[in-house]
Formats: sequence, structure tokens, C-alpha cells
Amino acid sequence: MATPVPSHLLRSDIATAGEARSALSTAAAPSLADRRVRGIGFKDVTVAYGGLVVLDALTLEVRSGEIVALIGPSGSGKTTALRAVAGFVRPTRGRITIGDRDVTNIAPYARNIGMVVQNYALFPHMRAEENVAFGLRARGASQAVLRERVAESLRLVGMEAYAKRYPRELSGGQQQRVAIARALAIRPQVLLLDEPLSALDAQIRRSMLDELAKLHRELPSLTVLYVTHDQTEALTLADHIGIMRDGKLIAFGASRSLYRHPPNRFSAEFLGRANLLPVTSVQPIGRGLAEVRFGEAVLAATNPHGLPQGADCLLCVRPHDLRLRQGEGGHNALAGIVESVQWQGEANSIVLDVEGHRLRLTCAPLGEPPEPGTPLALAFDPHVVTLVPETSGD
Amino acid sequence: MLVWSRAGRILAWTAAALVFAIVYGLPIGVIALASFSGQWNDVLPSHLTLVHYANALRGDSAEQAQVSIVTGFAASAAALICGSWAALALRNLARLPKRALDVLFFVPSAVPSVSVGLALLVAFSQPPVLLNGTRAIVLIAHFVLISAFTYGNVSAGLARLPPEYEQVAESLGARPFYRLRRVILPLVAPYLIAAFSLSFALSMGELGATVMIYPPGWVTLPVGIFSLSDRGSIFDASALTMILAISTLIVLVGLSRISSKASVR
Repeated sequence: MATPVPSHLLRSDIATAGEARSALSTAAAPSLADRRVRGIGFKDVTVAYGGLVVLDALTLEVRSGEIVALIGPSGSGKTTALRAVAGFVRPTRGRITIGDRDVTNIAPYARNIGMVVQNYALFPHMRAEENVAFGLRARGASQAVLRERVAESLRLVGMEAYAKRYPRELSGGQQQRVAIARALAIRPQVLLLDEPLSALDAQIRRSMLDELAKLHRELPSLTVLYVTHDQTEALTLADHIGIMRDGKLIAFGASRSLYRHPPNRFSAEFLGRANLLPVTSVQPIGRGLAEVRFGEAVLAATNPHGLPQGADCLLCVRPHDLRLRQGEGGHNALAGIVESVQWQGEANSIVLDVEGHRLRLTCAPLGEPPEPGTPLALAFDPHVVTLVPETSGD
Repeated sequence: MLVWSRAGRILAWTAAALVFAIVYGLPIGVIALASFSGQWNDVLPSHLTLVHYANALRGDSAEQAQVSIVTGFAASAAALICGSWAALALRNLARLPKRALDVLFFVPSAVPSVSVGLALLVAFSQPPVLLNGTRAIVLIAHFVLISAFTYGNVSAGLARLPPEYEQVAESLGARPFYRLRRVILPLVAPYLIAAFSLSFALSMGELGATVMIYPPGWVTLPVGIFSLSDRGSIFDASALTMILAISTLIVLVGLSRISSKASVR
């Protein structure tokens, strides 16, 4: 994916397959107005199968040019939300918009979306270039446009040398690149990615993740809805992340903010492996910080959600934000007993018992890792830990 | 391989070959030998001859072979079109109505062919639709008997087709007929060819219904074979049987080559 992309490649003002035909016959210059009309809107979208609600009143806006990742456990409704945008499931209530167009009752083939799925779904009887040309042919593109777009799209994903190959002659990563090129060739209004990397092995997944990030840098106006269960993919790629559970969107926000200041217990646990300690007696101490009590210890943390004094809440500390310290006492200090130590190559993971609560700490590999049973002193910077309301997010 | 020892494998292969030879090889071998036999009063024929093949090619048999092949192709093509259409139409139905319609489609395959022949005879021997004594009634009988297998084969192929292919095609802007033509049919082509092959083989060998309804001038090979053996011309019947088997085999081998090419893609 090294080649810079011509800016017109992702230009899209195609609204329907009919309009697509006329648009495809000319290669018009990009328009700034395009940027305004490519977002995705969910307005109170509910999907139910035979009375079972699988997506519950989802309201969400994906702005033009953004990558929004929907993450959540299996059955949380994230894929249903994506399929509703694609038109493969019909909402029982609510509206879906793409740009300024209400697509709720529009057939999938007229929505002008690009979609990439987990198993690539490359048509096995077509060569890579024929796969990429499929959408253009279906829309009646002229031969000249077809040749240009296929070549551009394959170049974009670094697959121009493999144009003549059948999918069975390509590796998993190569197939996924062709699938992305196929989705981009039609210049979709939005790109839907449904767990696109989950069928790849860990190494190729990391490499594809880098390439997807690069792709979006090269195509900054492309709006992407990315469904995954992998928090690393979401954090790496997404501008905003939505966390779903039981068909509901229980958290939504900018990726960094959501990671740093999760709004509820589930979000804290699902996005990153947070340590959550029950704390009491919230007392503001200025500069956005609050003082809390954990057992006998008095600790300070950020209070972004404005939790009132006396509220029961959780102290969210990421494992890499904890550090080992010499001696006892001091500000924001905790004492714990080592339960186990794991060497993970580039890091050590230490599990400690802190006043009956398990805390995980990750640090650079230690020359002499502590033995289980060893008492350790811990500390953290109050500005990187946060107070989370003691709610599940429902 | 479940048998790990060399001796065990040899024993297993020998047993399998023996069973195959007795169940399949012996009857076919006997028919083949009988078709070349001038006289057969002992364990083996006393002398061999080509006269039965000459008789077969000289008499009505060539015409019967042609009738069988035309009937087989026409009925199989009709069954393929209708069975595929039905399989495509019913695949997205809810489970209960689909199962009910599945049962309806499979009923002809569960009814003895003689009953189908009799039913058609009774149904079409009276106005308003009078088909008794026409070629059409033979084609209809074959169509009824084989369409269930076509429907079953194509349904199985469609069930194995991941829905993502069609969904991705649709998301790319492909309308229903374009998806059918460019994605679904090419992907289920091996199943379509297998369905056609099975239908053709079944039609070529169909006797029970045909013998009850065939009109003069539209005699299929199985009916001819049945008539010859009924008259005691066993060797002539054997020669015809071999012609029937070989002509069916040639068509099936041709179709399987096409199917293999489609599968490789």
C-alpha cells in the first residue's frame, strides 16, 4: 500500500446504482461538498428477530472521514449494526442515513457502500482484477473507467502484480487486500469493515493493521465503520470507539478519551485490561483531581465524570500505569503481595494481591523478577488513573 | 487410513476389491460377455460374435437409443431449470414453509415409478388435457421422476454457498439477476452439472413409468431391452444394455469433466 492515491479515487457523489452509471462514465474532479455527505447516521435503530431484540435503539453518528470502531463481545449487536447499514437486516424501528440520504428502505445494491468481510468473500471463479472490476461492471461502467479504476485500486493496496491470479493462488493477507481494493473501486460513500483481520494470523494481522491505517491516511475523506472484537485494532485505527453489549451502545467516545476515562465498569474492562479498585469518599482537590479512600490508603485520581462526594466508584488503573517503587508510604502508594509473575518477552506481567483485590502490573522485563509472596510497593501518577462510576453501563 | 499395518492394508484392499467385483463387476461382466456371446450353455460362452451389436445398430435399437438420449436431455434440462428455480426461490423462506415445500418436491422420488406412470395415464387420458399416446407424456413422467433429485442437488449446493458472496456482490451494486448470472450460478455450477448428470442417468434407465405410457414411435432403450428379454432374446438385450450403459457413461464422463473444471475454479 505504498503508492499515493489519486484524490479522485475515493471521490463519491454516487447515490444510487442508476446515478452510479452516469457518474462512472466520467471521471469528474473531486468536490469539497463531498466531505459533508458521507457520514453514517443511526437514529434510534432497533433490530429484532422474532421478538428478540438484537440491536436496541442505537443512536450514533459517524462523521465524514472518520473511522468509528464498534467493539463488543459476541452477540453484542455490533455486526447487526453494520449489516443494518449495508441493508442486510431491516430495522424494526429507527432510521439509517448515509450522507444526507435516508437509506432505511433502500435495497443494498443501491446504497453505494463498500464492504469487506471476515472471510474476504472473493469470487473464486474470477481473477483478482475481475473481482475488483465486479462492482464497476455491475454498475455499467465504461471500459475506460473500469480499466483505470481497477488499476488504481490494485495499486492502492499493492496488488497490481497479482491482478491475473485467482483467489486460491493468493495468501490470506493478499486476498484481504484484493477485497479492500474491490470495495474501494466503486468509490463508496462509506466503507464497512466486518472483522476484516480476524481470519489472519497474528503477524499478518499486525502488518494489515498498519496498512489499513496508512490507507486511511492516504484516503482521509473515507468514512469507515469498523466492527471488531479486537481492542488493539480499534485503538490503532479508530478515531472514535463505540462499545456494545447486549444490543446496546454502552459507551462512545474518542479512542484515547474512552481508553483513559471509561464511563463504566464494562467499558473499562473490555477496552484494555483495567485494574478496578472499589474506592469511597470522593473529595475534589482541584485541577480535575479527586481524593478517594481505598482501605487505609488515600489516593488521588482524575474525576472526569464529576462523581459527587461520597459516591461509590471504581479506581481504574491500567496495568502499565502502575510502577514498582522502593520503600513504603508516600502519595498514591499501594502495598501488595506478589501472586504470580509471567515473562512475556517484551514485558513482565505481575499479579499482586492488594488488600484482597487482584491487581495486574506490566513493566519492562526485570533482571530479577520477584518471587510469589514477596511484598511490593506500588505507585501511580494521579493524572493517568481515573474514577469510574460503579455501573455496568446499562 | 485407519489400518496402519501393511498386511492389514493389503487385506482391506483385497476384501474391498472382492466385494466390488462380486457386487458390481460380475453382473456387468456377465452382461458384457453375453452381448458378445453366440451360444452360452456352459460356464463360459462357446463362441463370441458381434452379430448382436450388428442387430442393435441395424434395427430399431439405434432409434431407441436416440429416443432415450433426447428424452434424457429434454427431461433433465427441464428438471434442472425448474429444480434450480425452485431451490433458488425457496432457500430464503422461513424454516417451516420451506420444509413443507421440500416434502412436496421430494414426493415423486418416494413414489414408485409405476405409480407415477399410472397416475399420469389416468390423469391425462381424459379431456381437457389429453396426452395419452403422445411423446409429451413420456417427457412429463421423466421430468416428474427426476426433478426431486435436481432440486435436492441444487438446494445442497446453495446451502453450502456462504451468504457473504451474494451480500458482498449486492453491496457492490449488483442487482438480483446480475448476482444470479455472475456469482450464484457460476459458484453452484458443479452442483448444477451433478444434478443434470444424475437426472440424465436416471432418465436413461427409467422403465417403470415409461413402459406404461410410451406411445408407438417413442420407445426408449430400457423399454426395448425389456421387450427383447421378454421375448427371450437375452443376448440382443445384453448388447442393447451395453449400448445404453456406454452412451450414458460417455455423456456422464463429458459432464464430469466440465464439472471438474468448474470445481477447480
